Amino acid sequence: MALSGAVLPWITALAVVLVLGGLIWGFFFTPNDFRQGSTVKIIYIHVPAAIMGSGTWFMMLAASLVWVIRRHHVSALAAKAAAPVGMVFTLIGLFTGAVWGQPMWGTWWEWDPRLTAFLILFLFYLGYMALWAAVENPDNAADLTAVLCLVGTVFAVISRYAILFWNQGLHQGASLSMDAEENVADVFAYPLWVCIIGFGLLFVCLVLLRTRTEIRARRLGALIAQERMA
Amino acid sequence: MRGLLLRDLRLAVKAGGGFGLALAFFLIVSVLVPFGIGPETGLLREVAGGVLWLGALLACLLSLDRIFALDWEDGSLELLATSPLPLEVVAITKSAAHWLTTGLPLALVAPLLGLLLNLPSAGFIWLVASLLVGTPALSAIGTFGAALTVGMRRGGLLLSLLVLPLYVPSLLFGAMVVSNGAEGASVGTPLALLAAISLGSLAILPFASAAVLRVNLR
Repeated sequence: MALSGAVLPWITALAVVLVLGGLIWGFFFTPNDFRQGSTVKIIYIHVPAAIMGSGTWFMMLAASLVWVIRRHHVSALAAKAAAPVGMVFTLIGLFTGAVWGQPMWGTWWEWDPRLTAFLILFLFYLGYMALWAAVENPDNAADLTAVLCLVGTVFAVISRYAILFWNQGLHQGASLSMDAEENVADVFAYPLWVCIIGFGLLFVCLVLLRTRTEIRARRLGALIAQERMA
Repeated sequence: MRGLLLRDLRLAVKAGGGFGLALAFFLIVSVLVPFGIGPETGLLREVAGGVLWLGALLACLLSLDRIFALDWEDGSLELLATSPLPLEVVAITKSAAHWLTTGLPLALVAPLLGLLLNLPSAGFIWLVASLLVGTPALSAIGTFGAALTVGMRRGGLLLSLLVLPLYVPSLLFGAMVVSNGAEGASVGTPLALLAAISLGSLAILPFASAAVLRVNLR
């Protein structure tokens, strides 16, 4: 708590600076794309949000594993705190993708492997949060959701690759890899990296904040119980 | 273990009517689909495989909360947990009983409904085969979902929210087997992957189900 309390304002400030800086750089100081016009600029929100949307699930997986193995309460609370953040990032990714897809692909939605897999990931977030909300005993809820997260991860990964058999998509491939021959041009890539790092820090800041709230709520509950006993 | 299996089968067939209910639901879904999309045989022929798989999946979902709910209410689940039988074995036996009373009958009546939906004759064998191979995964995943939500209020709704996303790969490969088979294309790959999902689920999920049952019985 002491460390996270000391670090939190700095991370928040840095996240705000990077996200705003990256977005302003991307929106106002890069040229329009040759074919896509100004719609290309949605990349600065879409890509970082999508990366954080799937990354959050893996953070929850790691936190669930720590809870199952070491039974460290903070990790269970961190997984709980991260879920709504990840869900919102996933939703932002889906929404900005639809807004971009309408003028570019001529459709709001396409049953493309990446889009479909992301929609399924969104459903996993919903189920995970619903299970947290449904169980009253916090330790039981942590155990149940941790197992759900482990099983869900396996099935999410299977779904991701199963969908590739089902439909080949419109979505462009990876374009920020270190080794790929065709990448996003540097003018677009630099502000994009700033945005990705900024969104990452934003995620850290939100999860820290929410976890601290959960810890305080837990302490408050314990204090109230103590009062009643005395 | 055999006693538990026989007891569950007897309960499913004799008491409560959970047995016939899933089949009737499957029938109704298949009958409603032509009303929804129109009676053109060409269109029905194309969607028959997917619709039948979806119907079977929903019929399966309908009976999931009964896997543990009755045993939870009358306390026999706690007796089972304290019995010498490992809880993992209880979970897989429950899955087996659920499969024998829903998955197997669904697979056997599916060709009749395929007739209603004008499924091409080449597809019938693959419809039955894919349901036989795929529904054990539905039962195993469903047992896990039922174990997660046992004893909860609003458990049924939560159960479907948790279980349906897990059904995606099975549904996808199952429907693919039927549509490929109906067109006379090769079905080897999706059928093998469907079987892989079933075997993997049967191997791993009983442990997950037993773990969450222990938590819920605490």
